[in-house]
Amino acid sequence: MPAAWTHTSQKVLKMDELPLKERMKIDRHPMPAQLPEERIKNFDEVNLGYSLQMAQKEAQRCLQCKDAPCTKGCPVNVHIPEFLSHVIKGDLLASADVILNDNFLPAICGRVCPQETLCESRCVLAKKGKPVAIGNLERFTADFTADLRSEREMEDIADPTGKKVALIGSGPSSLACAGDLARFGHSATVFEALHAFGGVLVFGIPEFRLPKSIVNYEINVLRRLGVRFEKNIIIGRTLTLNELFNEEGYNAVFIGAGAGLPHFIGIPGEELVGIYTANELLTRINLMKAYKKESETPVLSFLDKVVAVFGAGNTALDSARTALRMGAKKVLIIYRRSEAEMPARKEEVLHAREEGVEFIFLASPLEFVGNDDGWLAEVKLQRMELGELDDSGRRRPLPIKGSEFTMEIEMAVIAIGNGTNPLLRNTPELEFTKRGTLVVNEDTLETTKRGVFAGGDIVTGGATVISAMGAGRKAAQSIHVYLSE
Amino acid sequence: MKIMFEIIDKKKIAPDIYQLEVYAPLVAKKFLAGQFIVLRPLETSERIPLTIMRKDIENGTITLVVKAIGLSTKELCGLNAGDAITDLLGPLGHPSQIDSFGTVAIVGGGVGTAVSFAVAESLKNAGNRVISIIGARNKDFMILEDDFRAISDEVYVMTDDGSYGMKGFVTQKLIDLYAQGKTLDRVISAGPIPMMRIVADITREHKTPTIVSLNPIMVDGIGMCGGCRAVVGGKIVFVCVDGPEFDAHQVDFDSLIRRNNAYRNIEQEKEHACRLDAHIAESIKNG
Repeated sequence: MPAAWTHTSQKVLKMDELPLKERMKIDRHPMPAQLPEERIKNFDEVNLGYSLQMAQKEAQRCLQCKDAPCTKGCPVNVHIPEFLSHVIKGDLLASADVILNDNFLPAICGRVCPQETLCESRCVLAKKGKPVAIGNLERFTADFTADLRSEREMEDIADPTGKKVALIGSGPSSLACAGDLARFGHSATVFEALHAFGGVLVFGIPEFRLPKSIVNYEINVLRRLGVRFEKNIIIGRTLTLNELFNEEGYNAVFIGAGAGLPHFIGIPGEELVGIYTANELLTRINLMKAYKKESETPVLSFLDKVVAVFGAGNTALDSARTALRMGAKKVLIIYRRSEAEMPARKEEVLHAREEGVEFIFLASPLEFVGNDDGWLAEVKLQRMELGELDDSGRRRPLPIKGSEFTMEIEMAVIAIGNGTNPLLRNTPELEFTKRGTLVVNEDTLETTKRGVFAGGDIVTGGATVISAMGAGRKAAQSIHVYLSE
Repeated sequence: MKIMFEIIDKKKIAPDIYQLEVYAPLVAKKFLAGQFIVLRPLETSERIPLTIMRKDIENGTITLVVKAIGLSTKELCGLNAGDAITDLLGPLGHPSQIDSFGTVAIVGGGVGTAVSFAVAESLKNAGNRVISIIGARNKDFMILEDDFRAISDEVYVMTDDGSYGMKGFVTQKLIDLYAQGKTLDRVISAGPIPMMRIVADITREHKTPTIVSLNPIMVDGIGMCGGCRAVVGGKIVFVCVDGPEFDAHQVDFDSLIRRNNAYRNIEQEKEHACRLDAHIAESIKNG
């Protein structure tokens, strides 16, 4: 259990209403964290969480803007100034109530949301570079009220409707969707192919960033709400979509299968031994717990090796920091654009730097070269420069002629994103885009098949936990309307 | 009342090789020849991909043939009738193409014999003339001979040392069949990678369409990690979702061998460490 969860006995500060001028003098409270030299030797959570007093003081920095720009920056529109006003007073249950109205997984979102591009980017104080630490305070509220809020959650469940909904996949979109469906009184069953529930939250995001105990806690809350969880069932193989309706008696289906099929760079040598996809490395470490002695899942040794990670998103950083914790001598992040274009959360970049991860920007791999035994030995790279803006709104990386160079590396991790799983593509009536994502009605999230809804990465392609969660909730609304017709 | 993934029957069919009948009704109902499952015997075990040899829809069971070779397969074989396997997922992968091809040769070596059995049976039922060549190191390791005799038009039994059947590799028999002027319309092969590579080399010369069932390193089995990737026709494929069967003449067997060997040493070290731990614990206990 993370340290913060045990702080419930801390004393509530009696906060007087400070004048605006005073409040603006308070500096942003940094997140307490394990020291870099310590944490690279363990898989425990890096961030330790605010104390109650730190949280109360940080919440006082909020200017309580009437139009709440922060709320507009949140994909699920959490009423941020309102929850912060309760934190100031130390009334954390009231704070949790406000958050839970809109966000079902606050302990998770407080940890993994890219706040600096969402709520915190809209904070008035962000102009001076120090927005209110909304993410840290969300996490704080969720952790401190963990024991108390599940009872609250039980209070407003509607009477059973007798309708059954199947949810495919147990990642954030399905979890959020299932929670709302249960509250509407529908019987929700989540089907998971793997042996653990949580999807990317358990196989993708490492323990040091999101402890599995927190994911399990949220899943147990859902269980208490009446949501059923079935593992070892892969829809499309063990059961088909049509069987869910025709034989298993479900009235509606939500597809939240995510985007889990790793992309390769498409250069020679990617089959060499010593090259992992981020998914494989993280699955071995997170899901199969290969870093623990009792786990029988092997992982290639990183000990004293030079490791290059390709990509610059959170998954790339998770892989780099995992490699460090597995004993790598040197870990490099190699990215074809510059630091400004990195899609990763700022905090992860900062943490990775503190831990000693090195960055090589504006370089792109051309070929992996193996030794006589078929093991990775080096990578050929070329320098890049940034050109005009591309479709993603970022400056396009362009190769510099004659800039090729070679680096000796012993391991590589490919973390350049994921496509959608092909397993459901042969389902009749479901329409997919060329990218392999599901076609849905943007307003209702209903797919081309009646009664089947979808949300999260399987619709958008790889995105964030919070946007998947938002889609899950939106779909739950539509499913409720559909079932009430 | 049977519990999910309960072992209904367990037979030792050769040294370290077991035949397990497992209660998995949904898998049994859906299984088609050529598909596989991924299972985890215990909470701490690896996920292991295994091919289904036979299904029994009525009783809701599937039959697996397992060689106790690594830590997790040893744990699986350590379970007995009445025990339940912790996790089992499937059926996975694409089913084998079953058509009326004409004469089909099945070339199976070692535990790969079991892999090709379901395919052989389905091909027979589809009206093909089935010639089965099954091989093992020696007499003790010969498995499923009776099962193959029941569904084949011709069966050739080969042992490396000649202690049973004919002496020689299964690939030698394949060469002999061609030499005898037999026309083969299709060859299906499963077994050790070097064996499948030689089969591919032989049939390539005769332009016989040939399918191999690959069994690479795998973790999730559902297309998520890319650990099972192989090079087929110059392109990276995921054996779990694109396979497990591929055109033998397109498979890069060399990289497959290297990728499969990568974990062998780690496992041996882990196992060694485990035995050492047990040894130390034992010494402490005994003072």
